[in-house]
Amino acid sequence: MASKNEDGTTPPDVGTAEVTSRPVRRPRLAQRYRAAALIGVLTAALGFAIAVQVRANSQSDSLSNLREDDLIGILDNQNARGDRLRQQIAELEQTLRRLEGSGDRNAAAKQQAEQDAAALGVLLGTLPATGPGVAVTITDPDHKLTAEDLLDVVEELRGAGAEAIQFGPVRISTSTAFTTVGDAVAVDGTVLSAPYRVFAIADPKTLDTALNIPGGVAAATRAAGGDLVVDQQDTVTITAIRALPSPKYASPAPH
Amino acid sequence: MIAALALAAGIVVGLVFRPTVPIWLEPYLPIAVVAALDAVFGGVRARLDGIFDAKVFVVSFISNVVVAALIVFMGDKLGVGAQLSTAVVVVLGIRIFGNAAAIRRHVFRA
Repeated sequence: MASKNEDGTTPPDVGTAEVTSRPVRRPRLAQRYRAAALIGVLTAALGFAIAVQVRANSQSDSLSNLREDDLIGILDNQNARGDRLRQQIAELEQTLRRLEGSGDRNAAAKQQAEQDAAALGVLLGTLPATGPGVAVTITDPDHKLTAEDLLDVVEELRGAGAEAIQFGPVRISTSTAFTTVGDAVAVDGTVLSAPYRVFAIADPKTLDTALNIPGGVAAATRAAGGDLVVDQQDTVTITAIRALPSPKYASPAPH
Repeated sequence: MIAALALAAGIVVGLVFRPTVPIWLEPYLPIAVVAALDAVFGGVRARLDGIFDAKVFVVSFISNVVVAALIVFMGDKLGVGAQLSTAVVVVLGIRIFGNAAAIRRHVFRA
């Protein structure tokens, strides 16, 4: 890259700063080396810068090449978008809370309904029941107890607050009927024979008192030659169930 | 010869070391590169014309880079950075084309 010492005339339409028109003196050798080194350094820097810039341009995202105004515009757009999305989030969270609230209410209502159904099932006799109560054994060696006598036992238990009653193998409900079949007694069509076993769930002491009240069912049974023994138990389990009665004519009246 | 080798070496170094452009330099580096390219093309043309002067080349190279960066800097400060960058690139591009045409006439005689 030595400089040639030509005549130094300015060619037409040059227009570049690098083209000099003054006569060039022949530089000394050291100067020429220094100039060559300087030129080498500069061009090396140029190559380095080109490589760096090309790489930065191809790898970097488009944002880094944008000017301030464009970036501000983009930022504004992003902020507006962010606001919109935040608003959407708030709305959706509200919806979520509303749905969760209604879900809770639905679950509570379902639980309440299940409890009601269970209680009604126990009272109606469609579900097995367990709890404190009494086991009553009625003996009748002379077959003198009539359907009315046995109904009296049930009425006495009901009067004492029995919540579930099983008479022999039959669950007692509101529509239970005691009928006389020949010289035996039938409950809801099931013929019974002495001794009769009756289970009732309620406060055992109250039931015992009600059955043994003077002039009550126990006394009547003994007068008929039999006996009525009340056994108070902490846990009486009634397993006999009835089919759920389905009303044929009656339907719930609107409130 | 030295210039061509140094240019190639610089490119290789830049590709190998993969440096990242510092933020403050980012707007000026492309313009500076174009300005330096203009100086290099001018130098090549002067060489072919037989009127190359190392001192003129070095000074013009550095001043080109500095002035181009300064113009962009001023433009950024005045709020017309994008337009001024375009203007600088257009002017330098025209000069590069002119120099390239002169070089072509020297090399291909056409």
